[in-house]
Amino acid sequence: MTVVHFDPLFATTTDVLRVLTLADYNTRVVVIGTMLLGLAAGVVGSFMLLRKRALMGDALSHATLPGIGLAFIIAEASGMTGKSLPVLLAGATVTGSVGVATVIFLRRFTRLKEDTALGVVLSVFFGAGVAALGVVQQMQSGSAAGLESFIYGKAASMVVTDARLIGAAGLIVAVMCAVFYKEFKLLCFDPAYAAGQGWPVTVLDFLLMSLVVTVTVIGLQAVGLILVIALLIIPAAAARFWTERMSVMTITSALIGGASCATGAALSGVLPRLPSGAMIVLVATAVFIFSMTFGRARGVLPRVLARRRLTVKVARQHLLRAMYEMTEEREPALVEPHALDQPGTRLSMTDLTRRRSWSTHQLRVQLSDAQEDDLVEPIGDGWRLTEAGLTQARRVTRNHRLWETYLITYADVAPSHVDRDADQVEHVLGPAMTRELEAILGERDPGGPPVLRSPHALSEVRT
Amino acid sequence: MMTLNLAALNWSMLDTWIVVTGILCAVSCALLGNFLVLRRMSMMGDAISHAVLPGLAVAFLITGSRSSWPMFVGAAVVGVLTAFFTEWVRGAGKVDEGASMGVVFTALFAVGLVLIVQAADKVDLDPGCVLYGAIELTPLDTVTLAGQDVPRAAVMLACVLALNTVLVLLFYKELKLSSFDPALATALGINARLMHYLLMTLVAITTVASFESVGSILVVAMLVVPAAAAHLLTARLPAMIGLSLLIAASSALFGHLGAIAVPALFGYSSTSTAGMMAVASGAVLCGAVLFGPRDGVVTRLFRRGRLVTPPRESGLSTVEKSV
Repeated sequence: MTVVHFDPLFATTTDVLRVLTLADYNTRVVVIGTMLLGLAAGVVGSFMLLRKRALMGDALSHATLPGIGLAFIIAEASGMTGKSLPVLLAGATVTGSVGVATVIFLRRFTRLKEDTALGVVLSVFFGAGVAALGVVQQMQSGSAAGLESFIYGKAASMVVTDARLIGAAGLIVAVMCAVFYKEFKLLCFDPAYAAGQGWPVTVLDFLLMSLVVTVTVIGLQAVGLILVIALLIIPAAAARFWTERMSVMTITSALIGGASCATGAALSGVLPRLPSGAMIVLVATAVFIFSMTFGRARGVLPRVLARRRLTVKVARQHLLRAMYEMTEEREPALVEPHALDQPGTRLSMTDLTRRRSWSTHQLRVQLSDAQEDDLVEPIGDGWRLTEAGLTQARRVTRNHRLWETYLITYADVAPSHVDRDADQVEHVLGPAMTRELEAILGERDPGGPPVLRSPHALSEVRT
Repeated sequence: MMTLNLAALNWSMLDTWIVVTGILCAVSCALLGNFLVLRRMSMMGDAISHAVLPGLAVAFLITGSRSSWPMFVGAAVVGVLTAFFTEWVRGAGKVDEGASMGVVFTALFAVGLVLIVQAADKVDLDPGCVLYGAIELTPLDTVTLAGQDVPRAAVMLACVLALNTVLVLLFYKELKLSSFDPALATALGINARLMHYLLMTLVAITTVASFESVGSILVVAMLVVPAAAAHLLTARLPAMIGLSLLIAASSALFGHLGAIAVPALFGYSSTSTAGMMAVASGAVLCGAVLFGPRDGVVTRLFRRGRLVTPPRESGLSTVEKSV
């Protein structure tokens, strides 16, 4: 077992403090530069995610490699210095754009699906890039090793001009997204409708793609071409768990992107042996995992809890309605508050078990839960509704029957089938919906709601 | 003629072995690629090939050696985990498939980079070497087989090819049905999930086996491009598979020739063979896109030309006119 040494990690506490307070000029440049990149990527990424183009960044970033190699070769061949950043990034922009155009072309004019188009462009362009770098390595000015930093990124070597470049590009991207927010939103949600309304969908798509190209190209240097994909996808995917509103999502995504980049870069500054690109992605991933678990709108945990609450509520309503209807079946007069003490209200376990497809165990659990809430009470070897239970049961049963009557009257559902159909909806009927039903059916109830008569014979029903 | 050309290229036994290794890898990948393309999972090869990095690193950190087997197992396990996590994030988190794949493989890749930096003091485990591979160097690492020196990579890839062929033949019906209609497959009693993970396991094994020798770029390309090109040329699965294998093998051959010949035109000695093999397959695909019999872009222009042609004129002349 090899022991992993973290020896030169923590130089001194002062160093850590210097990084965290951004006292160091260099650290400040790196942290702020990557943060701006993260913000821009978060904004663009949220559009890409909703456009279901998340992996476009993947194909695109791989497609920049041949551009970098070719730009270097051409620059050197024409007597310029190949290692100048603007030249390389210009090359990256050209082949990156060609890559995106190829994906769109393949999808539009051939039978190939999106994923295949992406995979084809990614691998062929990257192959060309590797081949180009192979040539670069043989060149006289063979300081080609620098080019490989575009694959893995070298945020630590970022200088202030780079940070300015990233900042300026990020700002442009953010402003463009703000200006074209409405149009991009429409493009994401319903491109066909947008086209029908006369929007220039192709131009908008092109604009959005060029923003993605911009972010990818400026991200190459900071985090490398593989990890810039992560910046385009992860913050947006994480933000999606927190909200159903596009504007909130875009802002959240930008914040997550910016914060992850700043934190990751700072961590890498404190622990110099951890590569900054990878740290940024790991911080973003941690945020993603947290969001996926706890995200208010679509997180796993809130969804599980909500579903559980609904299951419990539905089971409770089934129990109350079953008890109400069984009592009512015996003698309608028994389901009145003053009649609860009469012997006829007692329901035996056997009767109850037969009513619905629940096991004896499930039924016992239901009953004891309901007893805790004072809705039912044991009597002899059976159970009956309490006064509070009866009030709730009346409301539940009334909702059920309102909905049944509505279905029979307006949806032409046969009375013999209506019970099950109603069951699927009644539990989520809110008060507003109930009022609407009452209005439609002409049911008025100023005082305690009178329960409708069941539109079908109760004993026929076994659910 | 051919010998002349070969002599001009300084063809040697080394080149033959490079091409053989390349063909073995390309054919193994293309075979699986057909099903990936049909299942709309073409990006899985890319995702897995990036994501196996932590598997390699962990295997190395645990065993402390660069021996093949632990690394192979570690990478293959992480490869299958990638497929599993992607499915999980998609299902549990209701995240769009592409996005969930993107999250999973970039995260795993980042973990791998961090681990590799930790391991880097001990050994030259360069991420670049993992991603590019060095197919040019494969003939130097040989094993003796039946009295002949055979590159180790070729032997390994031949085994992988055999494994893929056997399993695809064995489960051909199941793979086909679950690729086209998972619901029907399930109704007929075929475990579509099992088929999914079988395919993913094979992809992971193939990727990892190819990695060390030929580099991941060749794998990613051969998993998608030949099958995509074949898909444009025919609508029948057996024909598609046959064509894809043919395209893969010829891409490997012409890729190597290109790697030697193309840079020579500009005065450089040669370049990455794996990269050029990917480019060669891209060229084939380009041909299929333009001239595919049913819906190639040019073919369609041609057909449209013939539709508006007065009956006596031939279609070709019309195209010439319209162009």
